[in-house]
Amino acid sequence: MLTVERLCNSVLKPASFHVDGGECVAVQGPSGAGKSVLLRAVADLDPSDGDVRLDGAPRDGMPAPEWRRRVTYLAAESGWWADRVGDHFAVLDPTAPNKAVGLIEALGLPGGALDWLVARLSTGERQRLALVRALVQEPRVLLLDEPTSALDLDATARVETVLRHEMARGVAVLIVTHSPAQADRLAKRRLHVEAGEVREL
Amino acid sequence: MPLIPLHYTDLALAALLLLVNGGLSVRMALGLERPLAIAAVRMVVQLSLVGLVLKQLFALESPWLTLAAALVMLLFAGQEAMARQERRLVGWWAYGIGTGAMGFAAMLVMLLALTTAIRPSPWWDARYAIPLLGMVLGNAMSGVSLALNTLTSAAVRERAAIEAQLALGRTLWTALRPVLRHALRTGLMPTINSMAATGVVALPGMMTGQILSGIDPSEAVKYQILIMFLIAGATGLGVLIATLAAVRRLSDARQRLRLDRLAQRR
Repeated sequence: MLTVERLCNSVLKPASFHVDGGECVAVQGPSGAGKSVLLRAVADLDPSDGDVRLDGAPRDGMPAPEWRRRVTYLAAESGWWADRVGDHFAVLDPTAPNKAVGLIEALGLPGGALDWLVARLSTGERQRLALVRALVQEPRVLLLDEPTSALDLDATARVETVLRHEMARGVAVLIVTHSPAQADRLAKRRLHVEAGEVREL
Repeated sequence: MPLIPLHYTDLALAALLLLVNGGLSVRMALGLERPLAIAAVRMVVQLSLVGLVLKQLFALESPWLTLAAALVMLLFAGQEAMARQERRLVGWWAYGIGTGAMGFAAMLVMLLALTTAIRPSPWWDARYAIPLLGMVLGNAMSGVSLALNTLTSAAVRERAAIEAQLALGRTLWTALRPVLRHALRTGLMPTINSMAATGVVALPGMMTGQILSGIDPSEAVKYQILIMFLIAGATGLGVLIATLAAVRRLSDARQRLRLDRLAQRR
């Protein structure tokens, strides 16, 4: 589904790998090794060279926003641009708030969270709501950068359940995680990143 | 009413006011006495030199020298606009965008003023062109430097919010719109404020000068209104061009946010 050939930039050495639909691949390696750089390059948020395709369609053949909507990167630190949580959904798609409520509850937050103020969210709440924000758009590929780093065990388990559900729908997941246990639970294959070099284990 | 000439003793007397300020600064340990003294000396030296240069320029009546003086003013304005930015674009862009935008806007406005409203003969007469350009450039410079400074610092500060929108498939234009609006507003606000407050709170310097030199106040007012429109026109145009050019430079064909094109803060 997602195929990456010789993807490289100033940090990354040429990397080639693929992720199939419904599959999860864990990205591991020490801090500062280039894991986020790899995900950002795939999402085309930073300049890179190489051939990246979704179902055979080349990345450079479609407008960048369209690519990112299908191959969505979720940053480790979420960004917010309006005061109210719900406003981050309404602008993207008018039906998004309705889709969001089910996901928000699945992640252990009340559906009323849409009316909360972003400024008063805890780090863990932000992290989960940012995931919901990405999921309501139904991307084909998820590029997740430590999506459970601020969550307790229960919330982490809920996120993993939601991710498995997405994978069952055919979504491909590339997840950066520092937890070997999480990688074991979710992924069958691993990519190891060290000093910009991406190796499949 | 004839012009009352000023003697150097009159100026020295007025300079005593600064000594009062300086004394207060020393007494209260504000540390402002040095910058105050340096600024005052710079002001006296720069203005005296400008007086000499203008006198020569008016006497020589050369279009090329007038043009050269205008270019020097523009280059200084560009330098100053760049110096006021906390985060600059790398390379020549930091200088080029501000200078280019101000140059284009000032040229357009000056041509309009000199060929339609004021019409001196010849139209490039330095006595009219140079002081007008000074006022237009000075204001455009403030606006452009404020707008560019706001744009770059807001883009850095809002990076996570902007990139979150990009990652969700929104266009760069949409993601940057709040930052762009903020920059344009900040750049234009001083001009709008000065138009709104002028006459009620502050009597503009040029109008005061004309009145002091014996011109009928109602004529001086007409000149001032013209100048205000020229300033607003040039500042608006300059701010718009500079901001849009900087946004273009901060993005690329794949709609990425290119903060790597900003220099590191020193």
